[in-house]
Amino acid sequence: MIGSVFISEYDEPPFRMSEILRYAGAGGIEKEDVLRLASECADMVRGKLTYRVCWREFPVRLDGTDVDLGFARTDSVFLRHRLAGCNRVVLFAATVGLEIDRLIARFSAVSPARALLLQAVGAERIEALCDRFCEDMACQAASRGERILPRFSPGYGDLPLEMQRDIFRVLNCPDHIGLTLNESLLMSPSKSVTAIVGVKKEGCGAGDDPEESAGCDACPDSDCPFRKK
Amino acid sequence: MKILNYLKKHILYLDGSMGTLLQSAGLLPGEYPEKWNLSHPDVITGIHTRYYDAGSNVVLTNTFGANLLKFSPDELEAIVHAAVENAREAARRSSGTQAKWVALDIGPTGRILKPYGDLDFEDAVAVFAATVKAGVRSGADLVFIETMNDSYETKAALLAAKENCSLPVFVSNTYGADGRLMTGASPAAMVAMLEGMGADAVGVNCSLGPNALIPVIEEYLRTASVPVLCKPNAGMPRPQDGKTVFDIEPDEFSLDMAGMISRGVRIAGGCCGTDPEYIRQLVSRTADTDPLPVLPKNITAVSSYTHAVEFGSAPVLIGERINPTGKKLLKQALRDHDMNYLLEEGISQQEQGAHILDVNVGLPGIDEAAVLRDAVCAIQAVISLPLQIDSASPSALASALRRYNGKPMINSVNGREDSMRAVFPLAKKYGGVVVALTLDENGIPATAEGRVAIAGKILSTARKYGIGPKDLVFDTLAMTISADPGSADVALESLRIIRTKLGCHTSLGISNVSFGLPEREFINSAFFIMALEKGLSAAIMNPRSAEMMKAYRAYMALRGMDGDFKEYLSFCSSLPEPAAPASPVRAEAPGSPLPSASPLQEAIIKGLKDRAAELAQSGDPMEIISGDIIPALDVVGKGFERKEVYLPQLLMSAEAAKSAFEKIKCRMPAGSRASVFKSPVVIATVQGDIHDIGKNIVRLLLENYGFPVIDLGKDVSPEAIAEAVIEHHAPVAGLSALMTTTVPAMESTIRLLKEKAPWCRVVVGGSVLTKEYAELIGADHYAKDAMDTVRFAEKIMS
Repeated sequence: MIGSVFISEYDEPPFRMSEILRYAGAGGIEKEDVLRLASECADMVRGKLTYRVCWREFPVRLDGTDVDLGFARTDSVFLRHRLAGCNRVVLFAATVGLEIDRLIARFSAVSPARALLLQAVGAERIEALCDRFCEDMACQAASRGERILPRFSPGYGDLPLEMQRDIFRVLNCPDHIGLTLNESLLMSPSKSVTAIVGVKKEGCGAGDDPEESAGCDACPDSDCPFRKK
Repeated sequence: MKILNYLKKHILYLDGSMGTLLQSAGLLPGEYPEKWNLSHPDVITGIHTRYYDAGSNVVLTNTFGANLLKFSPDELEAIVHAAVENAREAARRSSGTQAKWVALDIGPTGRILKPYGDLDFEDAVAVFAATVKAGVRSGADLVFIETMNDSYETKAALLAAKENCSLPVFVSNTYGADGRLMTGASPAAMVAMLEGMGADAVGVNCSLGPNALIPVIEEYLRTASVPVLCKPNAGMPRPQDGKTVFDIEPDEFSLDMAGMISRGVRIAGGCCGTDPEYIRQLVSRTADTDPLPVLPKNITAVSSYTHAVEFGSAPVLIGERINPTGKKLLKQALRDHDMNYLLEEGISQQEQGAHILDVNVGLPGIDEAAVLRDAVCAIQAVISLPLQIDSASPSALASALRRYNGKPMINSVNGREDSMRAVFPLAKKYGGVVVALTLDENGIPATAEGRVAIAGKILSTARKYGIGPKDLVFDTLAMTISADPGSADVALESLRIIRTKLGCHTSLGISNVSFGLPEREFINSAFFIMALEKGLSAAIMNPRSAEMMKAYRAYMALRGMDGDFKEYLSFCSSLPEPAAPASPVRAEAPGSPLPSASPLQEAIIKGLKDRAAELAQSGDPMEIISGDIIPALDVVGKGFERKEVYLPQLLMSAEAAKSAFEKIKCRMPAGSRASVFKSPVVIATVQGDIHDIGKNIVRLLLENYGFPVIDLGKDVSPEAIAEAVIEHHAPVAGLSALMTTTVPAMESTIRLLKEKAPWCRVVVGGSVLTKEYAELIGADHYAKDAMDTVRFAEKIMS
């Protein structure tokens, strides 16, 4: 199906309270008052968001020092490492919609503590959507004897944010899922993600598997307040 | 023949997809289809011709994304001209004998409007206007605005069309499976706004397959007084055997669309996945169907960016609190351009059950047109209720109506010639339900007959401006009974006659009636019930008044409008418990609590907002600040710095401190401020960046610690920041940036500040920054969190 943009819409994924607290800068604590406020904010969001993804597949070629993604070329070493052994990528854009931005703005005016927690709920929601979508992709890949690698986004490592323009051009995110890119390369709605997911044949490139060093462990910023412990 | 005349008797057939056919003709991913008008005119003309041959009356030019955000003015002109010409040529080539028109197609910009995106409303209007003007010059027969998934952008496009041409304008939106636009609007909200602004046809395209759209189309047909259009996808795209397929075939599609036409749809076509064969079968299956008439619906409705509020079935509550009359703090907030205060008033009225919010910012010495516009924009960004835009100044009404995202109420017009001449053209242009006061050049008539006669005059004048009775709501003027005990009766009798004899909706400003009497809420709530019994449609009232809400909830229950008493029961359970004597609570503060914490200190440390406000109600303001608030904040702040208190707790305490401050402010002598420091800190999120939560946290904490704060908001230019620093001679400026792409804007702001305001120390923060990076761009201090900013400001200013 290389070449077409598809749209997937999901039901609300379950809320993960520990993730919400981590994004709010209160990871690992069990203070009753914070927990109560976090659940209040999660309840405000429950049933209010939409969970939409648009995606498209591209052939990928590692070409000298470049990665040719079919829609863009990059010399990102991080991405090159991540896509070793892949012959295709799934490029996707996901958003939980504008309502969360409205809620955050609303509480910014009256309750910064709630605004902060809503911000955290939003971050948890979009990550939950991405996880859900990637599980789907993993299932599809498995049925073809393939597997997918952890998602990688513009702005991670040395992959430039400018790639957002290419991604928006080929996915046509505004029409498909109502996701837009502004001139500073910020996305609106803000709780949105674009990412590249490598697809490789089962068994390929064993021994040099980037999957082993995915997520926070792969990131050089060891002081990051959001780093998973 | 004119297309609108043709529509009166016939079903109008549109075309099907252009994009799907262009892809199979070789359009590459990411290539602009609009350029094919110039590079492949034969392909484009060929596709249009096939649609005309299949029976389409209207084809849409290949100009979906033809706008100034993607093309230069010269390119745009050439593309639009070629596109209209390609469609014209197709009409000439086609063997079809049906009536044919060429519609200028206008799709969305692909950007979200401010405040959630970066495209200014007026810039969006200008972008659409350029395409409209090019289309008019090229000879298009109508304008077709389509696939719009945001109500605000739809308004910008329709406004641009109305301001720049006299062609018919059709407007089509795209709905999700939840029956709403991507930014939240319901079909009834869109119909209210678009019809109010003069769209000639409204409806739905793209979205889903025909049957999945039935609930949306039904809602259009229920509410719209203009023809309804439907141009759905051939179902949803899905991958199959290496190709994209749509799950509805031409035969099934035409059958489903025949169903739509039998429900009352008058304009029919197809979107993604459809081709000329879909249109051919649609036309042949339905050509002999007698179209259902398009009937006026007489629904009085206003709308916001999410929903419509209809008058008639249940009384409508219009919250009156956003009005500076008699409100010292609101006046100050308006002078300081502090919109948060307005937002708090609005949010609390929404929480209390208001359906519409009145917005009045009339105050001597302010630029009302600018402040009313900004107030409306700020409120509609976070409050989903329709607004009643309230001003005596036509220019203020105009600037606010233009930016309003929906169909507002307009408060007000009256029977004076000059009033009607000023207000009705605005209502006609921007849409709106106008509150009409029954007074004129001769004042307020003393009798019901006199007031009803003025209502009659207003009705007939409105009609001359093209405004029907459904868009007027009459206010028969509740005057204070302490001046004239008979005045309530006159207002009520006028109300009854207007409701029953003229058939129009009514509203009353309830609170006036009790002016000058003690325990005004007793009188107000009794008068409210009396008016409801006479047929009052809407009340301008205080939703925070317990007596008024008790009357309203009881009335709804008694009148059978609260079926299972759900609202009544929930209202009763929300009533506060009788106050218990305040018992001292021991602070279990994180970190090291004060050895003997006062109750207020404890409330702040524990983040108990309401209790903190309650405890700050009495006592010497300065003593409370230095004796309670600051020491309590220090406990929490130090706990945070030791990582024993987490950010949400810090903020909960800060909010509690703020609510205590608010109480104290009311008791401060006029002119003095609850500030420990004299000079302000100027803070802003830099140009290009729209993240402001970090900056807002910094603001809250700075205010807590007694710093006056000038908050310039987000996406602020270097020049504006420098100007504010110079104007206030601020010793500290705080800049926030979240994105690597906006750090250059931070750097140029610092450079400008060093040049123009060398006394000012610049502190920067934001997730993208590090200490080294901050030094590199010339900042005086890198703040790792909000407390760090407070400590830096203390160091500089002490």
